This record gives sequence, C-alpha cells and structure tokens, in this order.
Amino acid sequence: MAETTVQAHDAYSAELFRDAEKNPENLLVVKNLKKYFPIKSSFFKVTVGNVKAVDGVSFIIKKGTTMGLVGESGCGKSTIGRTILRLIEKTEGEVFFNGEDIFKLSKSELRAHRPNIQIIFQDPYSSLSPRIPVGEIIGEAVREHNIVPKDEFDDYITRVMEACGLAEYHKDRYPHEFSGGQRQRICIARALALNPDFILCDEPVSALDVSIQAQIINLLRDLQREFGLTYLFISHDLSVVEHISDTVGVMYLGNLVEFAATEPLFAKPLHPYTKALFSAIPVPDPDYKMNRIILEGSIPSPANPPSGCKFHTRCRDCMEVCKYVSPDFAEVEPEHYCACHLYNSPSRSAELAKVVAEMKRQEAQKAEGKK
Amino acid sequence: MSEKEELKKTSAKAASGAKEGKKKTSYISAKDSRRITKFNRKITKKLENDREEAGKDPASYTTKMRDPNNVVEFDNMCTYFFSDVGTVKAVDGISFDVPKCSTVGVVGESGCGKSVTSLSLMQLLQRPAGQTVGGEIRLNMGDGTALNIVNTPVEKMQELRGNYISMIFQEPMTALNPVFRIGRQVNEVIELHNPEMTEEEVKARTMEMLELVGIANKEGVYEMYPHELSGGMRQRICIAIALACRPGLIIADEPTTALDVTIQAQILDLLQNLKDKINSSIMLITHDLGVVAGMADYVVVMYAGRVIEKGTADDIFHHPAHPYTIGLMKSKPVVGKKVDALYNIPGSVPNPVDMPNYCYFRDRCEMHCEHCSGKYPPEIRISDTHVVSCYRFFETGEVLGYPKTVDVEGLLNG
Repeated sequence: MAETTVQAHDAYSAELFRDAEKNPENLLVVKNLKKYFPIKSSFFKVTVGNVKAVDGVSFIIKKGTTMGLVGESGCGKSTIGRTILRLIEKTEGEVFFNGEDIFKLSKSELRAHRPNIQIIFQDPYSSLSPRIPVGEIIGEAVREHNIVPKDEFDDYITRVMEACGLAEYHKDRYPHEFSGGQRQRICIARALALNPDFILCDEPVSALDVSIQAQIINLLRDLQREFGLTYLFISHDLSVVEHISDTVGVMYLGNLVEFAATEPLFAKPLHPYTKALFSAIPVPDPDYKMNRIILEGSIPSPANPPSGCKFHTRCRDCMEVCKYVSPDFAEVEPEHYCACHLYNSPSRSAELAKVVAEMKRQEAQKAEGKK
Repeated sequence: MSEKEELKKTSAKAASGAKEGKKKTSYISAKDSRRITKFNRKITKKLENDREEAGKDPASYTTKMRDPNNVVEFDNMCTYFFSDVGTVKAVDGISFDVPKCSTVGVVGESGCGKSVTSLSLMQLLQRPAGQTVGGEIRLNMGDGTALNIVNTPVEKMQELRGNYISMIFQEPMTALNPVFRIGRQVNEVIELHNPEMTEEEVKARTMEMLELVGIANKEGVYEMYPHELSGGMRQRICIAIALACRPGLIIADEPTTALDVTIQAQILDLLQNLKDKINSSIMLITHDLGVVAGMADYVVVMYAGRVIEKGTADDIFHHPAHPYTIGLMKSKPVVGKKVDALYNIPGSVPNPVDMPNYCYFRDRCEMHCEHCSGKYPPEIRISDTHVVSCYRFFETGEVLGYPKTVDVEGLLNG
C-alpha cells in the first residue's frame, strides 16, 4: 500500500513537458530519464543493488540556446550527457532530438544521426590521440561520414581550424606540441567539423587556466552565433555557467532540483540546495560580505539515497513530509521548475500530510511486529 | 647619466635587436643535448657540495629577520631546474613577506612558480635537478633568530617541517597514505615532534585535532582508512595533520581545487577559524581569485616566475595596477555581473627555458610603452602597501630595486 502511494509521487509527472517534442523550437527534450548502474555481487554476478546515477530528469533545450548543468561531483551531470548521446544506454525515459526518440534508432540510423550531436571532453590532454596528427584528428570523422566531397576535404579542414583559431600549418603537428588551450581548440574543431546541431560540452574549461578559460568561452560563444549551435554546458563552475547559459539546471544526487532561465534563477533561486550552492560561490571582491549557507556533511551515496526528498539530510528547511515523500518537479513560477515541498499548493500539502500519516502508521506497525 | 636616461638607451637598443630575431625552434641537436647534460652534472654537483659545506656550520644558515613581525621573508629567492632542455628559471628573484597571524594569497596561472615557491620553503624540491641557487628564505624561529632555509641541512629541516611550517596539499587522496589508518597518520606527526609524549597523550591529542577540524564521529574516523572518507573529510584530515604541532605557518597549496563548491566553502571557513585559534599564518596558493578575495589579507600576484604585484587584498582587487592583474580580473566571469564577451589576455606565457630579457608580459600587454623593451621592470612602490613591477609607474612611484637573478654559468666558474 505504502509502496504504491510513494510511486504515485514520483518526481516526474506525465503532464510535464507533454508533447514538447512536437514543438520544432525544442531541439532536445528529455523526459524522465533514468540511468541505473547495477552493483554486482562478487561471485555469481547477481545484481544486489543499483547506483541511481540519474533518477528521473526532465528538461528542454531550445534551438540555438545554451543550457548549463551544474551540481557537485557525483551528482550525475556527465551521465546525463553520455546518455543523451547514447554513449551509454538508458534505464528508463525518453530523449527526443529534433522530435525523434533517439533510443528507438537502429544501429545504422544512429550512425547517420551521430554527426548531429558532438561532444567536447573535459581533459584535452587525454581526449586526443597522441599518435595522430591534428589534421587527421579533426578530419577522420569528416571522411567517415562523407561530410564533404574528397577534393574539398583539405580546404574544409583548414576552414574549420581557422574558425577555431588554429592555423593551417598546425595540421601536421601532434597533440603534444600544443598547450592546453590550443588542445581544447582542437577538440572543439573536431566536434565542429561534423557540422553538428548540438554540442555537449562536458566541463570544457575546468582543466584550463583562467586567462585561457576566457579564450575558450569566447570561442564557444562566437561559434554559437556563427553556426547557430545549441550547447549543453556541463560544469561545476557556477560563474562560467552563468556567463554562457540561457537556461540552467541544478542537479543533486541524480535529480534535477531546479530548472529555469539563467537570470531568474540566479536572481531568485527557489530550492534550498540552489541557494546554498550559490551562496558558496567565491566572489573576487574582498569587501563582499560572505553570507555563506554552509551545508553540513557531504553528498550521500547514490547507491543508497535517503528516502523522500534526497536533499532532506542536509536541508535547512527540512519538514516532516520531506523525509517520506519525494517532491514533484513542478512549474512553480512560469518557466521556473523546482522540486521542493516548500512550494506545494495548500491542497497538495493536505494530501501529502495524509500520506505521511499513513506511512508513519505503517512504520510503527512494522516496528511493533519486529518486537 | 641618470638612471632614467640610461634606461631609454637600453630600451632603444633592445627594440632594434628584437627586430632581427633568431629562428625559434624546440629542436635540440645531439651536440647541444650533450653540452646541457654535462653542464647540468657539473653545476648540480657543485651546488650540492656547497650546500653540504654550508650545512656543517650553523653560522652559515642562521640570520636575522628584517622585521621580527614576519614569519617568513623571501628575499630575491631563485629556484632553477636544470633540465635536459636547458635551465628552467621557475622562480627568479622573488621577494615578499608573510606577516604573523595573517593570510597571504599567492595567485597566478599554472607554471608561474607558485608551487615551486612553497616547495622551496619546505625544501621539498626534487634534488639535484631542482636547486635554490640564490637569495634567502628567512624563517622566524620565534626567539629572535632566524634560519635561512636555503642552506639549512636536511636533518634540521626535518625538525622544522610539520613543527614550524606545514603544508596542505591539493589532492587529499594522494597526500594520505592508503594503507594506514587515519589515527596512525595523525599520530605519526605528533610522535615525531614530541618524543616525550606517551601513547595515550598522543591519542588524546589526535582526538582533539580531529574534533578541531569538525569531524563529528572522531572515534570511528580514527580507525578508518582514507578511502572510506569523502573528499571533504579527507581534506579535513590533511588539515588536522598539518595543524597537529601548531605550526607558525601553514602552506595551503590549492587546498580546495579538487573539491566541490559547497565543500570548498566548508574547508575555507574551517581554515579561517583555525588560523585564529592557533595564531598561525597561512600562505594560500591558488589560481582562484574568488577564494583569495574571501580569505587573504595580503595578495602576491606571480607571473612567469616573478612577483609582478603585491599589496593588501584591497589594493589588488580594487586598484589593480599591473596589466596582467587587470586582465586576470576581467577574464573571470563574476556571478551577477553580466558582460557580453570576456576579456582575454592575448597570447600565452613565454617559454620558461628561453625567457626574454625585457618585461615578460610585454608581448601580451596592451599598455606597453617604449621602456618595456628595456630591462625587466624594477619593483615600484605606488602606495604604502602596494608594490608593482611595471614601467607605467616608473615616473611616479618610488623605485625599490630590480629582481636579482643568478648567472648560472658564472656560478660554475666563480
């Protein structure tokens, strides 16, 4: 009985983003995406549990915009990115790219679809093959996918490299001859060469120095304007995300806790976790009065997440209901989605209070039964 | 001829010389390579011998502090690495002080010599290739005397490390030993520096330290291995180890870079509180200007192995004077301040093997003038606390002196 009640209050409601994939403006629609990694017992390889890396995430990215995805390490940011690209298979949910469910694509369809979505990895030192010259790194996939005719190939690669701030004579060099910033440019050129609609940037600047960071961020923005690209920008650096994104999603332990346009989100964060996260951003001004909300403890294990709202163990505004029922991911303000019981409507609160009372009663019964 | 006229002359000369320019290539011929290796062998042998000689006589490494209110004074310290591609001047004549009970932030990009500075202070450089070839690092011993770390023998250093100066590293997982329990690793420091303490006393002290760094379950953690703890908890353990003997100076080398924003806030808060509790100074090494602004009283900005600007946090953040500092501030996006495009400093850091003989920042600088092609700029005082190395203030400020560099070839011959 209790099980079914809790199920009914799954973070995702079917009403949310209904038919959003049919709107041609929405390039990417993610609905209730879940990715569990099984934990196998050592000997018989029996699944003994799941690491709930992504646990019901929904969001929309409009064409030509950038969505930032922030959160602590281990909260599932990168897993979302990889699942969207179908580098790993989902457990549940749907991902629509240009109105097409990418998990329904066959192998050959997927291959044809690949050039549309590209990725830039975090570490430019380990994502470039040390044995292949730069021109070939950038051109390999172009040739494989027949993006341009053979006789235009060389010119095309040169053009792409120039767009990314590399010179033609760099073509025959090897990655080790480049500095970190230039290597990241090579990674960007490699992604851009396939003429994609969507680029997933998985922490593209965290491994770089501040002055180089600015160069890469500016480059990404210029390319977006020029080619009408759409980005999903994964980062833990909030100031960078604020600078580059149009919309921002905040993640905590596999859940999207808040999703809104950048300005309202930074001006008025709703979720207590978002508030704490934003208050912790170091500001380069010694006179700035630090009003930090220090979160106690650290992020719980995703293999064994807390019951109810996953954030309740560290939340300042924790209520009784938070411990039992996970909050709905709902539109609290127009285009501002948040998963928190603080913003429940009075009728919803009353409803939930009953559920909590029922669950408590059952718990007490169980405890008595054990005695 | 006055100094200023002379300067104009040399800068004109240098400008004409730069035009000719020689072909730059990273290729080293076998002959050159052999020459470099031979030179390195000779010079490191000589330096090691000199150090051994100096270490025998306590008089050669005891000095006096310039100002007894400082914990550490760096005075034209030069640390070079004798590598296979040539001599890398990682730190080349830097001078700054760490006053008592204050936090000094050292900021700069990777490769600018921040970490080498701290390693030189701890004498943890990879010898014989890495050598402090010149200048002094004076450590205040608290009784009116000071030690020159550059010449201090290793045995003496072992007494100082952990006791007078201690260090918190960037990556807590690699700093802790994975095969020993937490309790034992904290005990070790206390036992080593207080041989008179009994086992119970040591354990009591360890518990006290664990409590101090905010670990609730101290009995449990005492028996745990590092892998059982989260990143933030591990960094707390590292801090506990660093503070176990109540050192006068804590070097925090990028203590929060590997941590998340919320955990970073916890750790910075902890460091700030502990500093006041045990009356020590912190030398905070970081590339994050935001962290420095929140923590530091004094800020030192480094670029390509030299200090280019130093002053109070207020000086640096509100009145940055060096073009590099200004550029660095503008290139970092700040929450709440919307800009269309970030400023980016053009170009990149010069090759450390082959540093130019003019201002290292000239080629990336948008404000450079004719002086800039001359000698490397001197330190110029532009207010009581604010010192900058830039020719833009040559006419108005008080010139303190040029950074002293060491001629390694001369060292071998002389």
